[in-house]
Amino acid sequence: MCDQTFVAITFGPCDSCGNPSPLMNIYIKSEAINYCSFCVEMMACRGLQKGESLATLKTESDTLKKKLEEERGKLNDVELHQVAEKIEVLNPLSVKTRRVMKGHTNKVLCMDWCSDKRRLVSSSQDGKVIVWDAFTLNKEHGLALPCTWVMACAYAPSGCAVACGGLDNKCSVIPLSLDKNENLAAKKKSVAMHTNYVSGCTFTNSDMQMLTSSGDGTCALWDVESGQLLQSFHGHTADVLSLDFAPSETGNTFVSGGCDKKANVWDMRSGQNIQSFESHESDINCVKYYPSGDAFASASDDATCRFYDLRADREVSVYKKDSLIFGASSVDFSMSGRLLFAGYNDYTINVWDVLKGTRASILFGHENRVSKVRVSPDGTALCSASWDNTLRIWA
Amino acid sequence: MTIRTVRPDHVQHIRPRMHCLKKLEAIVVEMQDPTSGVKGSEQKLNVTTIPHVITGKDIIAWIVNKMKTPTEEANVFGTMLVAYGYIYPLQNHRKLIMCNDNSLYRFQTPYFWPSQKWLAEDTDYAIYLAKRNIRKKGMLEPYEQAHYNHLHKWLNHKWDFIVMQATEQYRAGKERKKPDRVVFDCQERAYWILNRPPRHTHSAMDCGPERLVDPDEDQIISFDQYRRMNVFFQQAIMRSKVKSSVSLGALVKYITTYKTHDPFLAPCLPSNPWQTDIDAYWTLNMRRVDLPTKMRVERWSFSLFELLTDLRGRDDFKIFLKKEFSGENLAFWEAAEELKWGTASSMRTKAETIFKTFLAPGAPRWINIDGRTMGLTVKGLEHPHRYVLDAAQTHVFLLMKKDTFFRYLKSPVYKDIQKKALNPEPQNFSPAQLEQNAQNRSVGIHPIILWKQEEEEKAKAAAASAPVDVKAMMSKIDRKK
Repeated sequence: MCDQTFVAITFGPCDSCGNPSPLMNIYIKSEAINYCSFCVEMMACRGLQKGESLATLKTESDTLKKKLEEERGKLNDVELHQVAEKIEVLNPLSVKTRRVMKGHTNKVLCMDWCSDKRRLVSSSQDGKVIVWDAFTLNKEHGLALPCTWVMACAYAPSGCAVACGGLDNKCSVIPLSLDKNENLAAKKKSVAMHTNYVSGCTFTNSDMQMLTSSGDGTCALWDVESGQLLQSFHGHTADVLSLDFAPSETGNTFVSGGCDKKANVWDMRSGQNIQSFESHESDINCVKYYPSGDAFASASDDATCRFYDLRADREVSVYKKDSLIFGASSVDFSMSGRLLFAGYNDYTINVWDVLKGTRASILFGHENRVSKVRVSPDGTALCSASWDNTLRIWA
Repeated sequence: MTIRTVRPDHVQHIRPRMHCLKKLEAIVVEMQDPTSGVKGSEQKLNVTTIPHVITGKDIIAWIVNKMKTPTEEANVFGTMLVAYGYIYPLQNHRKLIMCNDNSLYRFQTPYFWPSQKWLAEDTDYAIYLAKRNIRKKGMLEPYEQAHYNHLHKWLNHKWDFIVMQATEQYRAGKERKKPDRVVFDCQERAYWILNRPPRHTHSAMDCGPERLVDPDEDQIISFDQYRRMNVFFQQAIMRSKVKSSVSLGALVKYITTYKTHDPFLAPCLPSNPWQTDIDAYWTLNMRRVDLPTKMRVERWSFSLFELLTDLRGRDDFKIFLKKEFSGENLAFWEAAEELKWGTASSMRTKAETIFKTFLAPGAPRWINIDGRTMGLTVKGLEHPHRYVLDAAQTHVFLLMKKDTFFRYLKSPVYKDIQKKALNPEPQNFSPAQLEQNAQNRSVGIHPIILWKQEEEEKAKAAAASAPVDVKAMMSKIDRKK
């Protein structure tokens, strides 16, 4: 089982107000209680009690932080590279460019694969969103959005719609059609509304719900049909740059990474921040779950990629090299989880051996920074989007 | 409507890159070391002799030696040095790349380094263009002319000042020695190519939109924020964790299990469509095939999650459950999934249907879950919420995972499909055949069509398995009579 959230009671009557709602499992004076998110907020915002002051709260915070580190350290009985010693070395990889997709007239910022493993959607700085059949290189649909810097785009699980958002502070869903001449922009529907740019969006397990991350420091879960905000997630203290939905049996968590150098894991039902990792030295540009859902990787402007184990609650590996000094913008795992593809701002893609921590290969070809890398749903190819206006398929 | 957010200047063009710029600068300083750095020489450019000129070849050789990387990677690193403006090319000055040959380069003066905190202002650019205009007697390059016209219009109120500055700088430049002037002109030109790149070229100074929050600013944390942090830390401390040996062992096990299924590590049969331009691999693994491939069937045995996520596998599992007359658990799980991921407006009706079908006493497909979970669920259904069935759904899933799934793997249904599963031969193509394949790439079926087919099939299946409404049946029989 991937996430532990299933064992806790997450829906029922709140211990404080009694209303049935999704519950956060918290501790007050070492006693386990279940509060709804509203009651937690009320508790946090009530005035300073007798004997409490800003200083006492700060010392309590520092003590707890140290205790958490201690608890994490107690279970640290082996390192990843030790476990990896018994694994055989990878065969040399021969990965070549199989397609170069030209069509955008400005930087390509984001792309996402369709579940049919051959189509993809890409968005660029000039507001254009293109749906391609990457196998035949056909451009199936093209839309022009009224805003620039479309930083987030996603393909719906059914393959019938795409979502995109960016500097317009919104994320919109556009249903696709079989008719190539249809004006898709007319059917565009605004779903997410943030107070700053939308940096990432993804559908959950169906076309009906969407998760977005924004420059205003929050993430949110939306109902696509009505545009209703189902849950918001507060905890980052700076812009949130990326998010990823967990591929787990229960489908209840997602991870987000932001400019505050933190990667947070959230419970989608209650809005609670359940785990947090702060070991990067600069902005986290991308976070991506390991295929089993028990771990995730992050890419940052400090030129390293890091690997975090969720069950042991700690960072287990750092992927870095002296010759790599430019920020990593995007990461994705291969299907088995053995390879980690990372796109960098020095125009290359480095392929890391996740277990051994060494670099397995380096892919050249782009003429400007690589903004996004994504492995196709069946693992047969890697697509990279770049600021040189092209996308490349590697296999 | 675009919401115009006033974007604060948090030195976005510098901040995320300061990390790498500092390291770059350290290397650039090393490269200029008189003894251990790159060897420069004097070169004649047009009529003047320019000092401290280096060749691309020498730079790359130095990088290879210093960083112990292969030539291609050193070339990339060299290109980044040029793209960020630490080194500029003398010939072909508009293309900011490093060439591994005798192309000539020079080190940029620290005054013009990108890590200097001041922005390349439009006013400065206007002064530069005006100066160039004077020197070239009106013959600016087309993109420069376009910029000039644009700035002339927008900075018209300052134009006298700009022209005055430009004239002053031009006169001051004339008083310098010729080689110094040429060198300075080259440096300034390189700086502006970097900050105002010509059309259809790239500059590393490009960066994304400004960030909202300045993380370098000292944060004043209020008492409610501390309270929230403390709540987080306490639950994080109490959260049960697993020993590293166990969790890392599980990760390694996952990799080993899926090793042969990863197309980057093992060949996929019959062939990887991206490599051979034949999409047989996708047609063989479509949603509704009569016979799946052996690899696909093997994948179903890895976990219940894999079996259920692959809808073809789920079908096979349903066949098994039908034989065992225990299909209600999976049906409940599917219905709960639909509730969880469905639209907000359909929740109430779905919750009622699920209650009537699976949970009510005497329901047609009653599921057997423990009393406590049943009690919580029924109570929660009074005010339906999308996560109201979570406890029951997890209970049912665990039941299936720990018991039914393993019985399925040992059952004749699974063994039968394993035997019948296809094992396609690996395809090998000659270069001529590959050329042909590339000309005839198949279009496949559009996902929208497949989705419509899926929905029709689902509706048919739901109608077939719906509990029989006895009253309706009776009235139909009566009418027939």
